[in-house]
Amino acid sequence: MASDTIPAKGPGSGNVLDARGVTMRFGGLTAVRNVDLTVDQGEIVGLIGPNGAGKTTFFNCMTGLYIPSEGTVRYKGAVLPHRSHRVTEAGIARTFQNIRLFANMTVLENVLVGRHTRTREGLWSALLRGPGFKKAERTSEARAMELLEFTGLAAKRDHLARNLPYGEQRKLEIARALASEPGLLLLDEPTAGMNPQETRATRELVFAIREQGISVLVIEHDMRFIFGLCDRVAVLVQGEKLVEGTPDVVQSDDRVVAAYLGTPYEGVPEDEAVAEVTAAEDALARNTGSGSTPKTSKEGDA
Amino acid sequence: MNTLEKNTASETAPAGGVLPLPPGTARLIALVGAAGTFVSTFLSWTYTEEFPGNLTVYGYPGGLQLLTLTGALLTLLFLLSGSGLRGLRWLTPGGPNSAVRLLALGTLGVTGYTVGAIIKNLGGLINVDPGGYIAVAMALITAIGALGLPYDVPVDPEKPPANPWAQLVHSLKAPGPGRLRDMPGWVEIVIISAAFALGLYIFTFGIDTDYAELFIGYMVLVSFAFPAVGRAGLTRQLGQLTAKHRNVTVTAAFVAAFAFPFTQSNDAYASIGTNILIFATVALGLNVVVGLAGLLDLGYVAFLGVGAYTAALVSGAPTSSIGVTFPFWAAVLTGAAASLVFGVLIGAPTLRLRGDYLAIVTLGFGEIFRIGVQNLDGDSGPDVTNGPNGIPNIPELEILGFNLGEEHTILGQELGRFSNYFLLMLLFTVVIVTIFRRADQSRIGRAWVAIREDETAARAMGINAFRLKLLAFALGATLAGMAGTVQAHVTYTVTPTQYKFVEAVPPNSAFLLAAVILGGMGTVSGPLIGASLLYLIPAKLQFVQEYQLLLFGVALVLLMRFRPEGLIADRRKQLEFHDTGQLDVPKEDTGLSKKVGV
Ligand SMILES: Nc1ncnc2c1ncn2[C@@H]1O[C@H](COP(=O)(O)OP(=O)(O)OP(=O)(O)O)[C@@H](O)[C@H]1O
Ligand SMILES: [Mg+2]
Repeated sequence: MASDTIPAKGPGSGNVLDARGVTMRFGGLTAVRNVDLTVDQGEIVGLIGPNGAGKTTFFNCMTGLYIPSEGTVRYKGAVLPHRSHRVTEAGIARTFQNIRLFANMTVLENVLVGRHTRTREGLWSALLRGPGFKKAERTSEARAMELLEFTGLAAKRDHLARNLPYGEQRKLEIARALASEPGLLLLDEPTAGMNPQETRATRELVFAIREQGISVLVIEHDMRFIFGLCDRVAVLVQGEKLVEGTPDVVQSDDRVVAAYLGTPYEGVPEDEAVAEVTAAEDALARNTGSGSTPKTSKEGDA
Repeated sequence: MNTLEKNTASETAPAGGVLPLPPGTARLIALVGAAGTFVSTFLSWTYTEEFPGNLTVYGYPGGLQLLTLTGALLTLLFLLSGSGLRGLRWLTPGGPNSAVRLLALGTLGVTGYTVGAIIKNLGGLINVDPGGYIAVAMALITAIGALGLPYDVPVDPEKPPANPWAQLVHSLKAPGPGRLRDMPGWVEIVIISAAFALGLYIFTFGIDTDYAELFIGYMVLVSFAFPAVGRAGLTRQLGQLTAKHRNVTVTAAFVAAFAFPFTQSNDAYASIGTNILIFATVALGLNVVVGLAGLLDLGYVAFLGVGAYTAALVSGAPTSSIGVTFPFWAAVLTGAAASLVFGVLIGAPTLRLRGDYLAIVTLGFGEIFRIGVQNLDGDSGPDVTNGPNGIPNIPELEILGFNLGEEHTILGQELGRFSNYFLLMLLFTVVIVTIFRRADQSRIGRAWVAIREDETAARAMGINAFRLKLLAFALGATLAGMAGTVQAHVTYTVTPTQYKFVEAVPPNSAFLLAAVILGGMGTVSGPLIGASLLYLIPAKLQFVQEYQLLLFGVALVLLMRFRPEGLIADRRKQLEFHDTGQLDVPKEDTGLSKKVGV
C-alpha cells in the first residue's frame, strides 16, 4: 500500500506526519536538505542512512529541539510549533539515540514524568491535596504501571533508571514516550547496543505499539531489523532523501548500496572507518578535489 | 609475596580487621578498654577547677568526662551486642564492628581532645591528673581492639584494600540491616517518640553547652556516634518505622521541636533556636530551587531581604517610609507577595540561562537588591528604605493580643521573647515543610527533578521547562519572603548588610547554599540539619568566627570529597555519587512518594 516512492501528495490524506522541505543548516553545514517525509496512520516508517546523514537532526527538527532553517512539519494537518514540549503535547513522542533517561529517578517516576502533558494538576492542587489530586495521581500511576507491564519492566518499578541494563533503559525510554499518549512515536536507534534476542523483542514491541494505533518512525542502522519491521523506508544520505519505498525497493536500489559501501571517488562519504582506510589513496586522488569538507560539497549525480 | 600472604589470610579468616589480631583477642581488648575508659571518667583528670566543667572530683564525672563516659558506654553496648549478648542484639542489625570502630575512635577523640585542652588551657602536662592519662590510654586500647575486629563487609578477593587508609575505609563499611521484625503498633510509636525525645535531648545539649571545649567535645562525639548508629543499622530501621507511621513521625518531630523552648531556662539559647529556624526555613525554600529544580541561585538571600523589608515597612516602625501598620497576617502575605513578584521579575529574564550563567546572573541580582536598598535613601533615589541605616525599632509582634516581646508563663514555664518567636517560627517551619513535601511529591515536583536531571529530555517529555523553573523560583522566593517577615521582627532592625552574598552571620546566600548542600539536596531534614550546624558552630565557638570563611571553604572541600550527597542523602542522590549496584531497591514496597526521613 505504501509503494509510491514519490514524496507526500497533500495534506488531509490520512497523514499523521507531513514534513515538507525541511532544511537544517549549521553555519556552512547543511545537515538536512529539503527533506519531505510523510507517515500515514498506523504505518511504521524507517529512516536509514550512513552515519552523519542527518537522521537525528531531522528528528530534532520535527520535535522542536532545533528550529529548521526552512520547511514545515505538520502533525495531523496542523503545523507543529518549534517548542519541544508543545510538540509532545500535540502528540509526537520520541526517544533519544544517546539514552536520555532521568537517571536518578526510579523507573516508575520516569514514566510518570512522561504523563506530564496528559495531566493538569498544578502547584495549588499539589499543595492542597484535594480528592482530585489523589485521583489523578492514582490514575497516572495505574497508567504508568500498565506501560511498564507492556514493556516488561513492571518488576523494576522502584529501581533507579541508571541501574537498569542498557536494553531495559531503551525500553524504559519507549515506555516513557508512550506515557505521553502519542499518535506518532519517533524512535532513534532503538536497538543500538542490544543483543539479537533483545532486538527481536523490540521488533515485537514496535508491532504491539502499532497495534494500539500509534504510528512509528524509526531510525536504525540494523538493516535486518528495519527491513523486517517497516512498511516503508526512506534513505537519507548527506542530508538529502535519496530513495524512499518499500523495503524491497530500497534494498535493491544501487544508490543505497553505493551510499552505504562508499564510493570514495565520487565524494560520498561513508563512515569514518572507511574514510580512514582509504585516506591514503584519497589524498593522492583528490588533492585537487572537494578535499577536506566533502559533506558540504555537492555530491554530483551519485 | 605480599599479595600471597593476603590471599591466604583472607581465606582462613575471611573478614580480617585493620590490625592483624585474632577476633576473640581483639574483642577482649576492646571490652577491657571500653570498660576501663568508662571507669576512668570517675577519676579526677586535672588538679584545678580552672578547667571548665570541674573534672577534679573522684567518683563524679563532670563536663567533658560525661561525653567520654557516654562514648565508652555506647562502645561497650555495641561491643556486647556484636558478641551476640542476648537482649542487646537489636542494637546492631547492620554492621556491629564498624559501629564499634567509629564509637571507639570517637571516644578516643573526645578523651584525647579533653586532655589536650587541659594541657593547653592550663599550660603544661603537669596539670593532668593520672586519671586523665588512664582515660586516654584506655580509650587508645579500645580503639586498638576495635580496629582488630573483623570487617563487617567481606573483602573482595579480586581487589583487597591496598593501603592502611583503604583498609580503614573498608573497615568502616557496613551491610544494611534487614527488615525490622513486626511489632505491635504502639511499641513502634513509642520507639519513634523515644527517638525524637533523644534527638531533642542531644540537640538541646549542643545548644546549651556553655563553654567552647564542651561544644567541641560534643561535636566530636556526635560526628562519630551518628555514623556509628547508622552503620549499626539503627537509622535505617528507624527509617522503616517512620515511613510506616508518617503522621506519628511528623507529630513527634513537631512536639519535640515545640518542647525545645520549655527546656530552656536561658532566653539566649532560645534565640539560637529561633535564628536556626529562620535560617533553616530559608534554606528549605532554597532547596526547592537548588535541590529539586537544580537551579543554582547565588542571590537567594535577596528574597529574605524583600520579605523582611516589606514587613518592616508595614510594621509601623517609626522610621518606616510608609507609616502604615498591618496586622501580622497581612504583613506576612504582603511580604510573601512582594518576594513572589521580585522572584518572578528576576526569574523571567534569567531562567532562560542554564547552569553557570544562571549562577552568575542570580549572584548579580542578589547584589543589585542589596545595593538598590542601600541607595533608596532619599539622596540617590526615593526615600524608601532609609539607605544603609536600614529600618530600626521594628515593633514587637502582637498576635491575638499576645505580645511576643514579653515574657509569658505557659505550662508553668517562663517563656521569654525568643521562645515566643521560636514558637512562631516553628509554625512557619511546619507550613514550609508541608509545602516543600507536597510540592516535591507531585507532578510538579517530578517535573522539577526531571529538569534537574536532563532538561532537554524533560522538554521532550512535554515539560514547559521555563515555566516550571519560574514556578520553582517563585515558590522558593515566596517561602523566603515569609521567613523574612518574621526575621524583621526578631532582629528589630533590617539593614542592607544583612543580605550580602557572604558574611559572618549565617542567613546569607553562600551559607544558605552551603546548608542545603551540607545537609543534603532535595531532602527536608537535610537543610534543617545543615542550617543548625552552620549556625551553631560559629555561634558556639568564638575562635571559629575569625577564620569562619576559611574553615567554611575547607569544610565544603572535604564534604565534596567524602560525602558529596550531603549528610542526609536523598535516596536518589546517594546512588548518584556512590555506585552501589542494585542495592537501591527497597526490600518492602514503600511506594513512590514515601521517602525515608522526616
Ligand atoms: N548542533 C549541531 N551543530 C552543528 N552540527 C551539527 C549539530 N547537530 C548535528 N550536526 C551535524 O549534522 C550532521 C548530521 O548529524 P546527525 O546526528 O543528524 O547524523 P545521524 O544521521 O543521526 O548519524 P548517526 O547515524 O551517526 O546517528 C553531522 O555532520 C553533524 O556533525
Ligand atoms: Mg543519529
